[in-house]
Amino acid sequence: MKLQFQIEHAGPDAVLIRFGEQINTDLVPVIRAATKRLQKELQEEIRGLVPSYTTLMLCYDPRKNDFPGIQDKIQQHLANLNVSHAETGKLIEIPVWYHPDVGPDLQHVAEFHQISIDEVIRRHSDTIYQIFAIGFAPGFAYMGNVSNQLATPRLQTPRSHVAAGSVAIADQQTAVYPISTPGGWNILGRTTMKMFDRHSPKLCPVLPGDRVKFVSVSKADFLLAGGQSE
Amino acid sequence: MTQPGLKVLKPGILTLVQDLGRFAYQHIGLSPGGAADEHAFLWANRLLNNRPNNPALEICFGGLQLEVLANTNIAITGAEMNATLNDQPLENWQTHSIKVGDKLNFAHASSGIRSYLAIQDGFQLQPSFGSVATVMREKIGGIDGYGNPLKTDDFLPCSEHKPTVTTHVPPLFIPDYQQPLILSVIPCEQTDQFDEAEQEKLYHWTYRISPQSNSMGIRLEGEPITPKVKGIISEGIAYGTIQLPPDGQPIILLKDRQTMGGYPKLGTLFVLDAFLLAQQQAYTEVRFTQISLEDAQEKLRYFYRFFGV
Repeated sequence: MKLQFQIEHAGPDAVLIRFGEQINTDLVPVIRAATKRLQKELQEEIRGLVPSYTTLMLCYDPRKNDFPGIQDKIQQHLANLNVSHAETGKLIEIPVWYHPDVGPDLQHVAEFHQISIDEVIRRHSDTIYQIFAIGFAPGFAYMGNVSNQLATPRLQTPRSHVAAGSVAIADQQTAVYPISTPGGWNILGRTTMKMFDRHSPKLCPVLPGDRVKFVSVSKADFLLAGGQSE
Repeated sequence: MTQPGLKVLKPGILTLVQDLGRFAYQHIGLSPGGAADEHAFLWANRLLNNRPNNPALEICFGGLQLEVLANTNIAITGAEMNATLNDQPLENWQTHSIKVGDKLNFAHASSGIRSYLAIQDGFQLQPSFGSVATVMREKIGGIDGYGNPLKTDDFLPCSEHKPTVTTHVPPLFIPDYQQPLILSVIPCEQTDQFDEAEQEKLYHWTYRISPQSNSMGIRLEGEPITPKVKGIISEGIAYGTIQLPPDGQPIILLKDRQTMGGYPKLGTLFVLDAFLLAQQQAYTEVRFTQISLEDAQEKLRYFYRFFGV
């Protein structure tokens, strides 16, 4: 398969390599392979890589390469990329207490689709999601695809405070907020799973390519596992 | 023999340990962080012949008081905070020799909002994930590795040095943070996210800095710029990215930004202008103009070569 991509600038010290226009699980191994290749080949010249659903952002030093220069190098190193589609990530279950007390947008999402809150919960926890990227905050894993029957746009204005452990959706994406941060996603519930642990050598329990299933748990189980309802 | 260093008597409104940031962990979502105004930060280290990345203090809004427990040299740059040493005024944008028993005091910022205090050879602190940069939101970096700002009785270890000849920043390079700001933008290549008339608004209207701004991003208030789409597929966001949430009020992402975002983007604020923006108080008005990618890269190359980053 010939690898298709475009390179756009993202300011004077970064580029976005775009591999597609739509969220597509087939892109996950492609972007992972491209990330590994560029990390290995351009190690000395880059200042960071941010793989995502359809793109890979590469930060570079404008003293070592101008925009045309870095484009040439990327083209050269990705020209003969071997993409293995065979790798399947592990399946991880994430327990969630879905309730308006910790899921302030449950009602809004239910109204958006004219369904009950129970149906929102069923639709969210019925799907096995693919992890596309980790970003936005340490351990914030972007997962998809949320079905069209549940997908809901981001809030008009981001909240200035979202509690750690919040499980949320935005359009066809879903995620867990690992730490308390500002955010604009629709919050459905809360989990006790630590999505970023600085004392664990892996740092994050999941990696791009892994799969996740959300499991609805009771308030009692949530509290028993150390959950905070405030 | 006791360890030389500086002891915090009063931490002020917000004082953070900073360097140029951490870059190698963006793929698992760690913000790069780092000094909000690299221009002032780099000058502070340069004045002392330090390495460009040596840890220094970023004093936000003022109020910091320190007891000196070392004989060494410091440099002060950035916002004007009417600093004093034993109640004697200290000139901004230059080096000063300090000795055991001295008291260093920073009053409230009168021009700019972030002042930098560098010390010869840098503060000796343990980096977290390769950097001491304080990202409070992530609880990473800083004096204790957990993203905390300085608090009373904190101790900042350093090495001792003989008094040196005073060096100062040439006046030509000292910015006036109160000058009206016209910020240069490198427009985005993706032009399908906005109608042209909406895009042009950024350059035709004056915007005001919202008090909700912080080290993650500057929120602007003014004529709304409505994107054609409410969100895009989340992707990596670079320093200075200008993103538009559906309410049409631009957000300019700074050092403590999240690594990825899903709002449409108008372009990227030129790096050196973003440093100046990070010195502005809430309610300041700003205007925008355009710069080409080539010009921006040339100016940035010159800047980094000058400081030897």
